[in-house]
Amino acid sequence: MKWVESNLGLVWDLTLTHVALCIPPIVIGFLLSIPIGWFANRFRVSRGTILVVLGLLYTIPSLPLFIFMPLILGTSQVSSLNVTVALTIYAVALMVRSASDGFGSVDSDILQAASAMGYSGWQRFWRVELPLSGPVLLAGLRVVSASTVSLATIGSVIGVTSLGYLFLNGLQRTIPAEVASGIVAVLVIAVVFDLVIVLAGRLLLPWNRGDRSARATARAARRRAVLVAEGAS
Amino acid sequence: MNLLGEGIAWIVDPANYAGPQGWIVRMLEQLFYTFGAIAVAAVIAIPLGYLVGHTGRGRDIAVSLSGGFRALPSFGVIILLALGLGIGFKAPLLTFVIIAIPPILAGAYAGFEAVDRKTIDAARAMGMTEWQVMTRVEVPLGLPLLIGGVRSSALQVVATATLAAYVSGGALGVFIFQAFATRDYPQALGASVIVTALALALEGIFALIQKLVVPRGVVAKEPKDVRARAPRPRATTGIPVQEGK
Amino acid sequence: MVRRRLGPAMIEFRSVTKQFPDGTVAVDSFDLVIPPRKTTVLVGSSGCGKTTLLRMINRMIDPTSGSILIDGEDTSGLAPVKLRRRIGYVMQNSGLLPHRKVIDNVATVPILNGVPKKDARARALELLDTVGLDRSLASKYPRQLSGGQQQRVGVARGLAADPNILLMDEPFGAVDPIVRAELQQETIRLQEGLGKTVVFVTHDIDEAFLLGHQVVILQKGGHIAQVGSPAEILANPANDFVASFVGADRGKRVLRIERVDGRDVVVDENGTPTGVLQP
Repeated sequence: MKWVESNLGLVWDLTLTHVALCIPPIVIGFLLSIPIGWFANRFRVSRGTILVVLGLLYTIPSLPLFIFMPLILGTSQVSSLNVTVALTIYAVALMVRSASDGFGSVDSDILQAASAMGYSGWQRFWRVELPLSGPVLLAGLRVVSASTVSLATIGSVIGVTSLGYLFLNGLQRTIPAEVASGIVAVLVIAVVFDLVIVLAGRLLLPWNRGDRSARATARAARRRAVLVAEGAS
Repeated sequence: MNLLGEGIAWIVDPANYAGPQGWIVRMLEQLFYTFGAIAVAAVIAIPLGYLVGHTGRGRDIAVSLSGGFRALPSFGVIILLALGLGIGFKAPLLTFVIIAIPPILAGAYAGFEAVDRKTIDAARAMGMTEWQVMTRVEVPLGLPLLIGGVRSSALQVVATATLAAYVSGGALGVFIFQAFATRDYPQALGASVIVTALALALEGIFALIQKLVVPRGVVAKEPKDVRARAPRPRATTGIPVQEGK
Repeated sequence: MVRRRLGPAMIEFRSVTKQFPDGTVAVDSFDLVIPPRKTTVLVGSSGCGKTTLLRMINRMIDPTSGSILIDGEDTSGLAPVKLRRRIGYVMQNSGLLPHRKVIDNVATVPILNGVPKKDARARALELLDTVGLDRSLASKYPRQLSGGQQQRVGVARGLAADPNILLMDEPFGAVDPIVRAELQQETIRLQEGLGKTVVFVTHDIDEAFLLGHQVVILQKGGHIAQVGSPAEILANPANDFVASFVGADRGKRVLRIERVDGRDVVVDENGTPTGVLQP
């Protein structure tokens, strides 16, 4: 505890750095996954291929991917862009399946009713498909968020500062409290992100509130997202 | 592409694969971590998952736990445990057990929950005891999802096992950390290719097992199978339309 | 909103054929005139192409050949999205948007048509009265309503843009018999009051006879077995298929009169009384 008390400033700074490192991959990954997931769901032939390719990407362990990023992107060895891009790749790999499942979860009767009423394809996507796939999308996003926050620590090995610094430094100086505070900080960030996503879901998807079957759907979606989330550490 | 060639060259060079420091031994270490962690985790997680699935109690906790555990930075846990248990294989193995539990737990529980309530009702109505309901109905019907959970765990551990080398725990990560320190890209690439190939091989094996354990007469409930059902007529706008329902 | 003048809404099928990509011929050179401001019921067992026929009217499905005319105008020349916005559509399980409140579900089409939100909602409230729903339900989500209530919302939504044509695809198939009977009476009342051209699809011959001014009995592949008023069909079934389909050869349609205490009582084949003849 003593170490923590005298180093609160450091932990706080690293926490902010870590948050800043994680947000772009989560957001960009989410945004990229929506069109890809829609496409995968809409065109069945492409679905298998897209999901297999992304599944393969996700099996690449993070450390080698971080190491090779500079070679692929032409960035400097210590550029945080290496980690950002790699984490975005993982986010997309995880999220596309959820997005595809999400669009697939929308009742086809409702889509037909929407078309029958005269929604054009574009209107139908924005006003019906996207909001109705919301619960499954958010379930996927929660998994992506947790996974990204955790994976970002490994960036420290290649010199991109994050809370992982506390792990490396703590090992070097044999200070368990330093390592532990890093773990706790990571978990706190993950919980806060998760709460933000859940809260956003409550605000954006008010029709699900207090509905048992909707909660069960969301739970199943989350479980599915957890089960398919594999590899990459 | 030059680098890829050098990476392959690194893999096929006997100096790199033979002997106690060669990648074959390191790969076996990686597999030891994977299957060791899975075995221990299974002993803990399967009964627990079945309990949750059978009684329906603690479902939300089980799902939150399995979701939340993804946020646990395994790298940090390995180091923290290594500071307590000393360097070597113990700290990584324990860490991998911890990260292997949630997916298996979720798979075991989800497998039970996926069984149609009516089927279970019918089993009780026929006079099966709770134990019989579990062993003769829920376990066989839930097996594919359980294997799915084990598959998730295996892939997560086999990828994470690379980090064991950071606390002198051996496995394929040895080459990667070494190569990163010396900027030896062919070696880093070679080792990465082996790790990825290992993950893919495991994925393939588990996918096969998952197919084999589906009880005969049970059509998998995966949404994609429902989707792939029959050719459906299409509307002019390109929306799938179900005819004459 | 600029409204085009809508005609009386007579619908004509001219040798319409629909073959789906998988080779199924759902409808084969189908001809039919659907009279304006009346209810026409397409009835047949599953696979007879009745839903396909209905969906071709608002171009949810396009025919492989042949043409469909509304008031003499070929629909293939009209933009599908615009066409759909001026044709009401009510389907089984109501097809309500689960993420919109009842009032917004009803107001959907007028808003798509460019009616200001406020006006559309005011009109939607009136429509709730029209279909016999309490206005307090307006701010609920569809899931919070009973099946019968949802179906009424579905009907209100179908009427919201004041279309001259209302397509109803087995709208009452999923509600219980008592509610169904209520909704059927309501449909008759609405059609009489509003004078819409209603095209109704069902597999229930009793429902067809109850609602239809014109009943079209379909056989596999969209072949017309008989067209006529319920009375015409009952009095003179075109063939054995129709006779057996309408149950003319069975129980409750074979009625006879028995004299009881000086009055004429109508009884069915089993001798169960069904009513009394008025002198």
